[in-house]
Amino acid sequence: MIFFLEQLLNGLQYGAMLFMLASGLTLIFGIMGVINLTHGSFYMVGAYGAAVVTAATGSVVLGAVAALAGAALYGTAVEIAVVRRLYGRDHLYQVLATFGLILFSNEAMALLAGRQPRFLEIPPLLSGSVHLLPGLDYPVIRLAFIAVGAAVAIGLWLLVNHTRLGMLIRAGADDREMVDALGVDIRRLYTIVFALGAVLCGIAGVMAAPLLAVEIGMGERILIAGFVVIVVGGVGSVRGALAGALLIGLVDGLGRAYLPQIIQSLLPPSIADTLAAGLVSASIYVIMALVLLVRPLGLFPVRS
Amino acid sequence: MKTIAHLTILAGGLAASTALLVAPAAAQEVRIGFITTLTTPAGYLGEDARDAFKLALGPDGKLGKTKVVLEIEDDGLKPANAKQQADRLVQNGVKLYTGVIFSNVLAAVLPGVLEAGGIYVSNNAGPSTFAGEKCHPNYFVTSYQNDAFHEAAGLAANRVGYKKLVLMAPNYQAGRDALEGFKRAFKGEVVAEVYTKLDQTDFSVEIARVRSLAPDAVYQFHPGGVGINFAKQYANSGLSKTVPMLVPSFSMDARMVTATGGAAEGVYASALWTPESDDPASKAFVAAFKAAYGRTPTIYAQQAWDTAQLIASALDAVDGDLSKGDAFRAALRAAKFQSLRGSFAFGSNQHPIQDYHLTRFEKNASGEIVQKYVEKVAEKRGDAYADKCTMK
Repeated sequence: MIFFLEQLLNGLQYGAMLFMLASGLTLIFGIMGVINLTHGSFYMVGAYGAAVVTAATGSVVLGAVAALAGAALYGTAVEIAVVRRLYGRDHLYQVLATFGLILFSNEAMALLAGRQPRFLEIPPLLSGSVHLLPGLDYPVIRLAFIAVGAAVAIGLWLLVNHTRLGMLIRAGADDREMVDALGVDIRRLYTIVFALGAVLCGIAGVMAAPLLAVEIGMGERILIAGFVVIVVGGVGSVRGALAGALLIGLVDGLGRAYLPQIIQSLLPPSIADTLAAGLVSASIYVIMALVLLVRPLGLFPVRS
Repeated sequence: MKTIAHLTILAGGLAASTALLVAPAAAQEVRIGFITTLTTPAGYLGEDARDAFKLALGPDGKLGKTKVVLEIEDDGLKPANAKQQADRLVQNGVKLYTGVIFSNVLAAVLPGVLEAGGIYVSNNAGPSTFAGEKCHPNYFVTSYQNDAFHEAAGLAANRVGYKKLVLMAPNYQAGRDALEGFKRAFKGEVVAEVYTKLDQTDFSVEIARVRSLAPDAVYQFHPGGVGINFAKQYANSGLSKTVPMLVPSFSMDARMVTATGGAAEGVYASALWTPESDDPASKAFVAAFKAAYGRTPTIYAQQAWDTAQLIASALDAVDGDLSKGDAFRAALRAAKFQSLRGSFAFGSNQHPIQDYHLTRFEKNASGEIVQKYVEKVAEKRGDAYADKCTMK
């Protein structure tokens, strides 16, 4: 039971991480119709910003601010310099250009920060574990991760449903030409949404930096899971991204925890180990396939 | 400073090649193809190997009594690149090769070099594929057979008295080989083998599983950045206090110790050599490396140094004349050089027979985390593939 609860928390934490990445990805894909592979690079920029500035100044707060500002600036620059030219184009052009940007971002970061993985110590406030239940000590930083994920979800919900910007975002997702015709500067709106997506990645980067090695190419590792989340949730839907992130987070976590044990109890060990390892790696794609079979547009489709 | 060093080398190289043009009779000069990984996040491995090899050449660019020109190539961790570079060097008449860090790169380089009658002395990679039936008279490994660290860790676990262990590695060839190697030597019970994804960044689930299984220790093999992630998260979970972690040395090299902060403290590692060695030659090497490059050498540096010493001993035996192939090979096989690891000899498959140690990462007097020797776990040990090698 304790083991299950701990794995549930682990799944939630991974879900929170995926949500911060996927919500930006889904907004950009859903509203602008752009497949943005560079999204993982914003996450990397956020993590590097936090690690480098915290190391230089000794202040975690300054590090976090620098990370978010860096991600926002880089996001804006990418939108203005490259992505803006690709809105009308075929997805293949977008994939090619943003893939090129991944290579560019990685090399640029290597030039700026070096190839050595950076290290960021967990701030004293968030280090160590708390005693949740008898036999269950859980790291504070992971709880904080879940809390930040929840705060981002609430903040995004308020932004999208209760502000003028959110109204424009929703309108833009529904009918781009009409919003444009009504006199809204759609280009500026797109830039803002793109930067917003980058900031969300930046938050994920800041939270991940003390837990993970801050290194070149760290964004690509999580990018594919991010795409799985938005496809499962329904492209363009923030609600869908939340549901998808939690589903994928829990499936991945519980799958990794229980699948090997279940399979090992059914099959001889030599087959079981290979099979379990393969199934665990594939579990999120299996879930995606199942969801798409039942609901081809994802759990919360934007347009029916 | 670095630029100046580069310029000097460049100038030296230019001078050497002009000399070659003017006086082809100077057969004393030997060119060595040094294909290694200098870029990508793993680039520091090749850097350390190259720098140590250059250190061995000394200011006059000699190995033993023979003048040596290094033909350094960066493979970028891509086997296809390395193959092209090797082919080009072979065409240019280079006879002697070393430098490759990664086994998959070596697998691309080796066949072409050996077919052309070249000699390859491996300073790091020692894949099982070339240690058994496909062993070759022109192929020497001065580092270790790839399974060796894992077997040594298994022996170490026996010595420390661990009864129940959890094994953990990424689900790919080297990961599965690692656990196989470990199990070959470990006598206790393996409670669970946990395979992770190669691109995994978060290990909370696996760490929780270790906690619930409550083994005596966990043996894990995660290279590079993944290993840093694992070590950090393991330390943060508080589990490292109750369940010690055992790793092969290259899963916690000097650079990873820095990148994980305090997380490396208390970790056990199987090792052939660490910079903490009391051996006088080793101490001199560490001091010279630090003086030249301002950093502590990793095992990749030590292995490249040993490789250079071995080549030097063999070059001296033939007066730098590589056309005396049989004599040169015999001199390499004799391994008459002083290894920083102490005892060293070649087995029948021309892979090392050497001592293995258990080490532990501990804080020294000045508060730095260093890899200290705990005890010797195997003496003059070869590898599991030597029996299958019938040298033709």
